[in-house]
Amino acid sequence: MLRIAVIELRNITKVYHLGEIDLPVLKGISLSIEDGEFVSLTGASGSGKSTLMNIMGCLDHPSGGEYLLDGKDVAGLDADDRARLRNARIGFVFQNFNLLPRTSALENVMMPAYYHHPVDAAAKIRERALELIRLVGLEDRMNHTPAQLSGGQQQRVAIARSLINSPGILLADEPTGNLDSTTSVEVMNMFRELNRQKGISVIIVTHDPKTAAFTDRAINMSDGLIMEGVSDELSATLEK
Amino acid sequence: MKFTTLLLTCLRGLVRNPMRAALTVLGIVIGIAAVVAIMEIGEGSKQQIADKFSNLGADVVNIFGASVSTGGVNSGMGGRASLYPSDAEAIMEECPGTVVSASPFVRASGQVIVGNTNWSPNSIKGGNEHYLDIEGWEIEKGSAFTKKQVDEAARVCLIGKTIAEKLYPGQDPIGQDIRIKDVAFTVIGVLAAKGADGMGNDQDDCLILPWTSIRMRLMGASGSATISKGGAANNTNKASSTSTYSTSGVNFYPGCELEPYASAPHPLRTRTVDSILVKIRSKESATPAMDDMTPVLRRQHKLEPGVLDDFEMRDRSQFIKMVTGTSETMSRLLIAVAMISLVVGGVGIMNIMMVSVTERTREIGLRMAVGARPRDIMQQFLLEAVLLCLAGGFIGIIAGRIASELVSKHNGWPVATSPMAMVLAVSVAAVIGIIFGWYPAFKASRLDPIDALHHE
Repeated sequence: MLRIAVIELRNITKVYHLGEIDLPVLKGISLSIEDGEFVSLTGASGSGKSTLMNIMGCLDHPSGGEYLLDGKDVAGLDADDRARLRNARIGFVFQNFNLLPRTSALENVMMPAYYHHPVDAAAKIRERALELIRLVGLEDRMNHTPAQLSGGQQQRVAIARSLINSPGILLADEPTGNLDSTTSVEVMNMFRELNRQKGISVIIVTHDPKTAAFTDRAINMSDGLIMEGVSDELSATLEK
Repeated sequence: MKFTTLLLTCLRGLVRNPMRAALTVLGIVIGIAAVVAIMEIGEGSKQQIADKFSNLGADVVNIFGASVSTGGVNSGMGGRASLYPSDAEAIMEECPGTVVSASPFVRASGQVIVGNTNWSPNSIKGGNEHYLDIEGWEIEKGSAFTKKQVDEAARVCLIGKTIAEKLYPGQDPIGQDIRIKDVAFTVIGVLAAKGADGMGNDQDDCLILPWTSIRMRLMGASGSATISKGGAANNTNKASSTSTYSTSGVNFYPGCELEPYASAPHPLRTRTVDSILVKIRSKESATPAMDDMTPVLRRQHKLEPGVLDDFEMRDRSQFIKMVTGTSETMSRLLIAVAMISLVVGGVGIMNIMMVSVTERTREIGLRMAVGARPRDIMQQFLLEAVLLCLAGGFIGIIAGRIASELVSKHNGWPVATSPMAMVLAVSVAAVIGIIFGWYPAFKASRLDPIDALHHE
């Protein structure tokens, strides 16, 4: 079965200029992620996985190489176009949840829809947000502010938020990094559900082999390059 | 992003920290309140002055004889006795478009006596039958003098309220005798009180007579003009040519049989008048009226082209403008000072917006990550600053109104609500919001989403 590549990276490089020193972070990454894949991106800190995720999430542009998102080259887009693209195509989940403080869970979920173009009617956005809140099982807490929610609940709000504009790709940066092991499992199961049932491509960036073990495919990075196969640590976890 | 959503987002952002928002707008509140209060007090005093002067007649043009220099001494305005009563008639006849009425005006001073009391009135004025209307006098009791009485130089007079009270306490002065400079007159009317003029002089301390009566019966009592030669000399024959004011029928100066006086002309003063008062159609038509009257007077005075005018005109609104101008300058100065406090308030807004942007860096990063464009972020923070300033503006207007009401109650100063002040205050507040909110908003919009997201 031929699957379309939603993300295709061709020899992506990224160099940071720190004063007079050039610091190469990505040294030529070629990678293809197909529609509906559940992938983890692992690697030690400093391996360049966050940078790669920022590039895949159109938050950053590469210093070199080609990036095709849905078959279109997006490396040369300007800030406004990248914002549109992120809004419509990519959902973000962060390690520290990044919910708006003193704002209800429901409002947090609705927020990205306000930046959608063209913007939907408020009632329609609300209806969709309620549906997503129900999907993550927080309908009885939708009027709580983040401070009144536990870490796991906050992350579930964040997941609901990432889905409000029906994106094709979910990018999660250490989604379980601030959670205990039980809630981590809950959250990872939720990602798997979304992947299986809605066919969303999910990419999880993590340094935790246990988290990576939930995914179907693990991409291991080291020193700005993708390692062939999986790391020893991960394979050990997988075998268990 | 829809504007209503943006507005809600901004409001939510502001009420998240109500105390800080309140302190931030305090500067704007004080500035706007000061501007509004000062403008209202200024407006009040301006209106008060305007009221005081309106009974002085803003729609009146004064015509004086021009100044004249004799032996290097300049007489000043009205020095040249060049105006004749016939000039007033000519103006009324030939300038109906701009002129309502005109009256000769003469002045006298001296003592008045009733029974065993005497009084020195502030002024004794003379005009024709239009004079009361021109100067805005009303009759309280009795009646005004008629054209016939003017023509006859009748011994009648109108007295001001103050005179009536001083000389006829508890009596009806109408029909009573009054001696003005030892000439017996009859009081035919009492003028309605006008109060003090703009300079504080009691306008009711006066007598008004037909101008002819002053000229013919109270001679030697004339006003300031003392120089009877000059440009008027070649017009000597003019006044007697009109029958109305002819003095030929009345022999006030019984001829002296002695040789040197046999052919002496009438002293010029008996035929010229101090000035001519002209009531014009409206306050605004002073200039066209003066343009109308000038050629009439030049012809009347037989002035050759190229010869300077032997008269000068001044409209009273100029004088009123000058007096109100002083208070206006003062309140403008104070508004300028208040504006400085507005700028200081604006800097306060900028300061807090900068803090707010730093504090909310992660929120900005998140909004950008989920699809907010730089301009969306810019709009959000700019609108927040403008909302703060507008809120400050509205509170400031209320505070300013309260302050000016307190001042008027406490000090008895006149105040007048000034819609202009409110419009100005609100627009200034909005402009300050935009100016001082722009830089923080710009900084916010220029944040890098990745850095912003990881900001601690």
